Amino acid sequence: MKQKMNGFFAAGLTITALLLLLTVVGAFWTPYDPNAMSGSEKFLAPCLAHPFGTDNFGRDILSRVMKGAGTTFTVAALTVLMGSVLGTLIGALTGYFGGIVDDLLMRLGDVLTAFPSVLLALVIISLLGPGSKYNVVLALGLVFIPSFARVTRTAFASARDVNYIKSARLMGASSARILLIHILPNTLNVLLPAITIGFNNAVLAEASMSYLGIGVTPPDASLGYMLSEAQGMFARAPWYALCTGAVIVLFVFGVGLIGEGLQRRSGEVD
Amino acid sequence: MERNDLVLSVSHVTSGYRDGGIFSKGPYQEVLHDVSFDVHHKEILGLVGESGTGKTTLARTILGIVKPDQGSVTHYTKRPQMIFQDPYSSLNPAYNIAWSLEEPLRIYGKYDAAERKRRVREMLQRVELPEECLTAMPHELSGGQRQRVSIAMALIQRPKFLIADEPVSALDVTIQAQILKLLKNLRDELDLSFLFISHDLNVVYQLCDRVLVMKQGRVVEQGTVEEIFNSPQQEYTKQLLRAAE
Repeated sequence: MKQKMNGFFAAGLTITALLLLLTVVGAFWTPYDPNAMSGSEKFLAPCLAHPFGTDNFGRDILSRVMKGAGTTFTVAALTVLMGSVLGTLIGALTGYFGGIVDDLLMRLGDVLTAFPSVLLALVIISLLGPGSKYNVVLALGLVFIPSFARVTRTAFASARDVNYIKSARLMGASSARILLIHILPNTLNVLLPAITIGFNNAVLAEASMSYLGIGVTPPDASLGYMLSEAQGMFARAPWYALCTGAVIVLFVFGVGLIGEGLQRRSGEVD
Repeated sequence: MERNDLVLSVSHVTSGYRDGGIFSKGPYQEVLHDVSFDVHHKEILGLVGESGTGKTTLARTILGIVKPDQGSVTHYTKRPQMIFQDPYSSLNPAYNIAWSLEEPLRIYGKYDAAERKRRVREMLQRVELPEECLTAMPHELSGGQRQRVSIAMALIQRPKFLIADEPVSALDVTIQAQILKLLKNLRDELDLSFLFISHDLNVVYQLCDRVLVMKQGRVVEQGTVEEIFNSPQQEYTKQLLRAAE
């Protein structure tokens, strides 16, 4: 696919790349041990030694944000991966073949999307048991399947009767080949923006679930969990909530800009 | 003509559909009624009639996409191919021309990469396109060039019989003439037979050997181009001819 840069795409890519760099570095090295407490350094406001300040135990917030962003990113990425792969598979099969299975699955998807996604994930978490970040991924991933299925179903259904797909069938191409090689690349202009939107929703959903205490729990730190911690000390250490919140916002903003850029680019091509 | 000279034989084909969903069936709508004709070796058979008369359903029935309710379709050649009207939707926009031309050979699966490339180049020459086209994306080509690529794609598995559904009606007149000449040349060089569906009688007159006139799902008249154009027997054929003047 030819990359045609535009302002949105470039800005989004820059922001996301910087945050990813911070996250990847955070996986191997942080300025301080994110869990090391220090009685003499409680509630320090942002300064040179602690750019994001410290919390009630004297832990360095930047270090904790770097680690927590890693968890948040992993959860969001795995959620979108699961939702998009399974959703695209279902969308491809139902869109291309149609029939009763199509009707049934799409109505089931309607029912699922009628519930708020966090509520539905909450139900699934209560079945799976809370705590592990992989349970959060499983719950959110399942919740995300219908939206991807719907987006791709439309694209696959409209490709079914296009001439180049008709000729591929006449030439004896297998259904798998038609779906994966002939149609899938043409759905990227709807799939990629859906992935960026899904990623953002996953970041926010993970944050809200951890904030409610049903998502990632200690010793894993995620940005959402940290926000809920920060809430309790907002009067003493507002920088905790603000810095953590700002990183979440930047993440969502950066990926959102990439999605916007992709959508505008596909608009230009069509 | 001899029977072994046939490439396609359509005999007493009746086809239709029922409207309606899962729970209710609407009345039976007949689209084709007792259609019979043959296509002979190296023949271009024109199929004319106004729109909605079942031409496209007939093409789909011949290709086996629609099963006839009665009658039979017999192919005497392998893998018939189709050339579509709209050259803008007949090439996959996600891939370049080289990929699209090679794909039918990859699907066929009998040739290695070098042989496939060789056949792609040979076919590109046959449809009179420059080699630069290979690396182009579909949207970078003109309508006439795209139609040439579509023809090359349809021919690269070496079929002997093709259905062309209004292949030039989306092109302007000078390009039309070039494509018609190309189809004639290909017919002569590669021993092809065509079913050429068109509503444009002038195009049919230039290209076809025989003509089939259809009205509301029935064949009302068939004969050589001279017979149909110089001494039409049916009132409907006369009307079509008058409308084309």
